[in-house]
Amino acid sequence: MTDFNPTRRSFLKATAAASGAVAAGPLLPDAEAAGAGDAGKEAAPATVNVLLRVNGADHQLLLDPRTTVLDALRERLHLTGSKKGCDQGQCGACTVIINGRRMVSCLTLAVMHDGDSITTIEGLGTPANLHPMQAAFVKHDGYQCGYCTPGQICSAVAMLDEIRSGIPSHVTEDLNAAPQATVVEFRERMSGNICRCGAYSNIIDAISEVNGRPA
Amino acid sequence: MRSFTYERAQSPYEAAAAAGRVRGAKFVAGGTNLIDLMKLEIETPQHLIDVNGLALDKIEPTAEGGLRIGALVRNTDLAADVRVRRDYPVLSRALVAGATGQLRNMATTAGNLLQRTRCPYFYDTNQPCNKRAPGTGCGAIGGYNRQHAIVGVSDTCIATHPSDMAVAMRVLDAGVETVKSDGTTRSIPIADFHKLPGNTPNVETALTGGELITAVTLPKPVGGAQSYRKVRDRASFAFALVSAATIMQRDGSGRVALGGVAHKPWRVEAAEGEMRRGAKAVTERLLADARTTEQNAFKVPLVERTLAAAITEART
Repeated sequence: MTDFNPTRRSFLKATAAASGAVAAGPLLPDAEAAGAGDAGKEAAPATVNVLLRVNGADHQLLLDPRTTVLDALRERLHLTGSKKGCDQGQCGACTVIINGRRMVSCLTLAVMHDGDSITTIEGLGTPANLHPMQAAFVKHDGYQCGYCTPGQICSAVAMLDEIRSGIPSHVTEDLNAAPQATVVEFRERMSGNICRCGAYSNIIDAISEVNGRPA
Repeated sequence: MRSFTYERAQSPYEAAAAAGRVRGAKFVAGGTNLIDLMKLEIETPQHLIDVNGLALDKIEPTAEGGLRIGALVRNTDLAADVRVRRDYPVLSRALVAGATGQLRNMATTAGNLLQRTRCPYFYDTNQPCNKRAPGTGCGAIGGYNRQHAIVGVSDTCIATHPSDMAVAMRVLDAGVETVKSDGTTRSIPIADFHKLPGNTPNVETALTGGELITAVTLPKPVGGAQSYRKVRDRASFAFALVSAATIMQRDGSGRVALGGVAHKPWRVEAAEGEMRRGAKAVTERLLADARTTEQNAFKVPLVERTLAAAITEART
């Protein structure tokens, strides 16, 4: 017996690294980031230097300006936790936290975030040391297929911060009072994260538990 | 997405000058609408001018007792501003009725005004659309048009403006401050900012080539009971079928602007003289020139009922 026991994640990482090594040339424009089928039709676009501070580590990248934050994270930094669902800002699977605010990383270009701090699901916790929201999703079965989960968790963590900092929502009754951390508020505020498996009630249970914990 | 060149603007004047100078240039701020349209190649800018670094992200009092909202103030921050919540609650309500938490964290005040329609024929490059490709025709007229405009329509376009925020800005008589590419500045009343489709549905605003929005101003608060009622196909994250921004005063007078019914936020000041006579009278004036289709005729009674609910709520 060998101890060859690949997980899907380690396999993806290994192949991504290998293809990067083969393709790497000096200052070659990033063809994979350039999008669908345009290669050869147009002159190579001028690349732009971008500093992204991702999960506490600085990454200086030379990017085609068309590269979204999501593609930079997944294809260049190989942080594949953030998922590409709709690529149109409608599903929330790509939600990350940029400078403390949750955003859909598919609808913003990496060049627009020079010097910004980005937290992805990989930066919230580790398998050995889960973020309380990650642990609560496990405990309450807040997923089935898991594809929307990284976005749900990043969104939920930042969403609770938004309530704490007094940002109102559509269901906040009194605009001049602090919004309350209720299930009704959670449901409205999480409407940008779609779960096709329909784990919503368990997701709300997980968020409620984290919210109820002493800070 | 088509290829483009990219620059970070250093000042509003420089940004406007660059946009006037470089062919096919567009500003990008939040990007929540533009990047989406660029992926679909509905928008194909050759040059992007990133204005996010400009210091236009403050909300400041004006000499007239109102507020000046910087063009880059994010929707979340505008909705949460304590002065806006207290003195212009219809604006906070409209903002939080739109999009999602993630999108409101990204979207800017100026960008919200400049949103393109979500007409499905505009979004589908295989379909005719006079707004996307002038002269190709309109797929929505005679097509699927349940969500489309019922007033101010033309034979070339029946698209609606998708913004909630702009409807509140209209009822509050906001002004849009800009700098043109020649360096001159002006303030455009919100009533004149968005255009009706006419024969040029591709021309959506009063902005000239390269003109940059720097701020939106609100006059001093008018008080009253303010509300934003939005009727949509699901409870959250959907565009309005009909919406009503209302400001009702104790003496029975009031203002109303509608969303979801026209190519721009829809307000008819003369109709507001009917406010004491109730929602039916106001709606008859507001929608006097309505031109509905079989699929969207329901919006006429829906406007009346939405307004009736707002009036009732304000009086209780």
